[in-house]
Amino acid sequence: MQSLIWLAIAIPLASAAILLLAGRRADAWGHWVGVIASSAAFLIGAGALMEMISEGGAHPGTTLTLWEFIPGSELSVDVGLLVDPLSITFVMLITFVGTLIHIYSVAYMEHDPARRRFFAYLNLFIAAMLLLVLADSYLLLFFGWEGVGLASYLLIGFWNQKNEYATAANKAFVVNRIGDIGLIIAMGMMFAAFGALDFTTVFAEAPEASTATLTAIGLALLLAACGKSAQFPLQSWLGDAMAGPTPVSALIHAATMVTAGVYLIVRSAPIFNGAPNAQLVVAVVGAITLLLGAFIGMAKDDIKKALAASTMSQIGYMMLAAGLGPIGYAFAIFHLVTHGFFKAGMFLGAGSVMHAMNDQVNMRRFGALRGVMVITWVTFGLGWLAILGIPPFSGYWSKDKIIEAAFVGDGWQPWVLGGAALVGAGLTAFYMSRLFFMTFHGKARWTDDAHPHESSLLMTIPMMILAVGSAFLGLFLATGDRFAHFLEPVTGHAEHHDPVIAIPVIIGLTLALVLVGTVIAWMKYGRADVPEEAPAGSLVTIAARNDFFQDSVNRAVFQRPGQHLTRTLVYGDAAIVDGAVNKQARGWARLGESSRKLQTGQVRSYALTMLVGVVLIALVIVLGGM
Amino acid sequence: MNFVTPEIAWAPLLPIMIVLGAAAVGVLVESFVKSPHLRRVTQLWLSGAALIVAGVAIVAQWMALDGSAGTEVMATKITVDGQSLVWQLMLVIFGFLSVLLFASRTSAGEESFTALGSVPPGSVEEKLARRAGLKVTEVFPLALFAVGGMMLFTCITDLIFLFVALELFSLPLYILVALARRRRLLSQEAALKYFLLGAFSSAFYLFGAALIYGATTQTDMASIGIAVNVIGDKDGILLTGAVMVLVGLMFKIGAAPFHSWVPDVYQGSPTPVTAFMGAATKAAATAALVRVMYLAFAPLEWELSWMFWAVAIVSMAVGTVLALVQTDIKRMLAYSAVAHAGFILVAFAGLEQQAISALPFYLLTYGLATIGAFAIITQVRERSAEGGAGAEAVRLGQWAGLAKRSPALATAMALFLLSFAGIPLTAGFIGKFEVFSAAVAGGGWPLVLIAVIASAVAAFFYVRLIVLMFFTDIPEGAEDTVVVEQEPLSRTVIYVTAAATLILGIVPAGVLTVMEDAAVFLVSGS
Repeated sequence: MQSLIWLAIAIPLASAAILLLAGRRADAWGHWVGVIASSAAFLIGAGALMEMISEGGAHPGTTLTLWEFIPGSELSVDVGLLVDPLSITFVMLITFVGTLIHIYSVAYMEHDPARRRFFAYLNLFIAAMLLLVLADSYLLLFFGWEGVGLASYLLIGFWNQKNEYATAANKAFVVNRIGDIGLIIAMGMMFAAFGALDFTTVFAEAPEASTATLTAIGLALLLAACGKSAQFPLQSWLGDAMAGPTPVSALIHAATMVTAGVYLIVRSAPIFNGAPNAQLVVAVVGAITLLLGAFIGMAKDDIKKALAASTMSQIGYMMLAAGLGPIGYAFAIFHLVTHGFFKAGMFLGAGSVMHAMNDQVNMRRFGALRGVMVITWVTFGLGWLAILGIPPFSGYWSKDKIIEAAFVGDGWQPWVLGGAALVGAGLTAFYMSRLFFMTFHGKARWTDDAHPHESSLLMTIPMMILAVGSAFLGLFLATGDRFAHFLEPVTGHAEHHDPVIAIPVIIGLTLALVLVGTVIAWMKYGRADVPEEAPAGSLVTIAARNDFFQDSVNRAVFQRPGQHLTRTLVYGDAAIVDGAVNKQARGWARLGESSRKLQTGQVRSYALTMLVGVVLIALVIVLGGM
Repeated sequence: MNFVTPEIAWAPLLPIMIVLGAAAVGVLVESFVKSPHLRRVTQLWLSGAALIVAGVAIVAQWMALDGSAGTEVMATKITVDGQSLVWQLMLVIFGFLSVLLFASRTSAGEESFTALGSVPPGSVEEKLARRAGLKVTEVFPLALFAVGGMMLFTCITDLIFLFVALELFSLPLYILVALARRRRLLSQEAALKYFLLGAFSSAFYLFGAALIYGATTQTDMASIGIAVNVIGDKDGILLTGAVMVLVGLMFKIGAAPFHSWVPDVYQGSPTPVTAFMGAATKAAATAALVRVMYLAFAPLEWELSWMFWAVAIVSMAVGTVLALVQTDIKRMLAYSAVAHAGFILVAFAGLEQQAISALPFYLLTYGLATIGAFAIITQVRERSAEGGAGAEAVRLGQWAGLAKRSPALATAMALFLLSFAGIPLTAGFIGKFEVFSAAVAGGGWPLVLIAVIASAVAAFFYVRLIVLMFFTDIPEGAEDTVVVEQEPLSRTVIYVTAAATLILGIVPAGVLTVMEDAAVFLVSGS
């Protein structure tokens, strides 16, 4: 099956093409084609995984060269796929969660007239994301990278008849472009330093390169990762991206695409291993984002935006782990997988709630939904327990390992990074419990027109499956370090280091903080009444509500000067460059017009042109040759 | 004086004989099948089948080559080798696609060809012929004659024989150009111009061949090559002869300053004929140019390189600059064809081995996009007085907002234009890449630099049309002025060429390998 892995990309891609080209004819059955395509990709991925496991031992990965782009030239670009433990992990996550979300969307988008188009974009996303993780070179990865960006843009703006949604899509697109510049620069530097862009050559030659080169490449890659994964300072688009339909938020902006940055860093491990400074920057960016996301999450009343903030914060954990080097890589991916399950599950739960409440997202108008939406409550609850890191639920196994790893090291780093991770766990407990209690517990604060009801089975079954994953996947993968061993061929073997504080103490402290956070949330939002209007709040709350004024900062620091700069440039462009170009273009046009006159339409003048040409050429060559 | 019957190995000529034989049968069909409708169907099936069988025969010969260079069909005159087989197959493919276009009809039941070629335009007889439903189905045998002549053109190794084949494929083309259904005066004028200038250039060619014979006492290319080595490159008669022979071939390619016929003929011809000429004539002439240069004039490479450089630069400049100011889409593509003639000549800088494989690939990509683009032009029509499809909408302004009328057509057109411009992931990019790297390998980097700049400028008018189709609204009040046809034969051609353009841009390796295998000449006579 590993040799057939290209089909996992080709089938959803073909399906997307069919759905887009077939037009209205396919409205009746198009969504099922999408579901089947996604399932087929999953089955192929599962087959490849089985084959890999049955081959046993440390699996180094298989490179599958599909075709040479231009054979026999210096620009040797092969289109190839790399099937190794890391990529197959992503394939399984993307296709499994993806397929569940496809099924969920069949019901969720039932009344949308453009459901077929929605499934076409979802399939396009699956294909692009698989290309991203399966590519065996940075160049091909870039194609996938842009592909997911495109799918994300199309899906955020899916309801683009609303102006602000279209703006959100544009914002995501623009911020992502900034990250993409990083990837392009990184590729340029790699090509200059190693003369190639395929993983094999680059990673083989990376250890010989200078630290400065590797640091520069690493930082450029980090910029790319920050854009795609909504890390500080490029995080501002993710909250707005919630404009997309909720299944999109679950699949693209929680489980898969936003984790591509983490994938990029872990995949580029050989580069980062030679650049400790770049690694430290990665870890610091992760730590900042995990705290920032947590603070924003505490203040948001919009259930999807709160979840988005939490995604940002959890990816911060993954980045932090990825910045710790070989001891962190496996845990970063581990947390990525468990997070993919519980966060996707919670998003689907939020979608179910919105479905029940007339698409309302304000949690202050929820409350007491536990009674009317039992399945949603239970499945969401399992995701909640998982993200809190309560043993034995999934999140505990992955997040706790990251916190422990963050405390490893010398000097100030373990204290700062570990401290941030620890505090972050307590904050997570608070804001997630706040969200959970405000939605499902307390008194009903429903608007008059809301008649909550449980969603259909087509929606709840995917939620149940994801909830099972949220509950037990972590335990299963953590037993005997099964997952870490599986990934070892890619992430490298990590020496065991002791944290600066004893491990039981870290676990105890984490759980204590989580408990404190949860209890405070219960007191404020579970037991006490929640006002229907948001209170004024402290300065910090206001700041957090406004995403720490990131938009204003961007506006003041980048947009305004940028606008002034561009306006000046536009002026200069119009006056000087355009002046010259237009003059020149006018010159060309005049030249064209006047030479047009040579094309008189008269055969005799045509023949004369020919004759003059022949005579001139013959004279030059014969006289020159003599 | 003794005439010795030449020994001819007939078997390798089978594909050419099939095509020419079918053309002869087609002429008989003209005489014996009375009903115009039945005649059209018969001719379509006959020529389609003949071209397919010829294609199969070519592939079979290719398989049978199996490492050998080829067969000398007639000593020193005709050689069927891998190189000529590749060109022949390409010509058969172009011919087949064009025949489909020849047969396509608008929703009003009109072909692109006049009802009766022998009556004056606008005359009463013409009206009567049209009302009687007459059809000029001679176009099919004419096209087959042209294809057969071009196929022969690619395997000839003798300058005098080459002239015969040149006329064999040119004469049917002159007639085809004159047969447009609409704007017939323009069409007839174009045919006459094409004929006169073609005769003029043939005269240059023959004169050149005579001078070469005078200098070397040879007419077959390989012997000329040997003789040139002996005479040396300082012989004025030899050089003049070489220049004039090349002028004859460059005329057919449409390189400036021998390009004057191109815009008028491209515009005046029935569009399916333009598609056929644009793709096939260029390919056949390039094939002959490759053979002449590599077999006969290789020792003169240094002297003749000036000619190639000058003509390439002038072609690229003239084609690009004049395409910028065109308002008629057929004329715009005609000037773009002139610019492409310049790109083709760029490959000859240095006469590298690489060029022999790069050129067939380039011509294949260019020909597919050309046929596709002109096929699209046949589908965009003005609304006639009766409300149906009228003449082709060739003013650029009429293409505004085409994407709203027909997304599929606009997308395909954009693909062809991007391929012309040489944008990656289209076949045109790979073609340009191959041609330019052949030139760079031959030391022609300044020429490549100019070519790249010309491509960049040329991209402007290609992209301008894309912008017009996709991002410009249909002008107010013009909503009803253009209709988009849904002709199945033309659509097939468009989709096939579009798919090929995309596939050759993404997975070119297989075809490139075939081209490399074919980059061998069976040198005769040496």
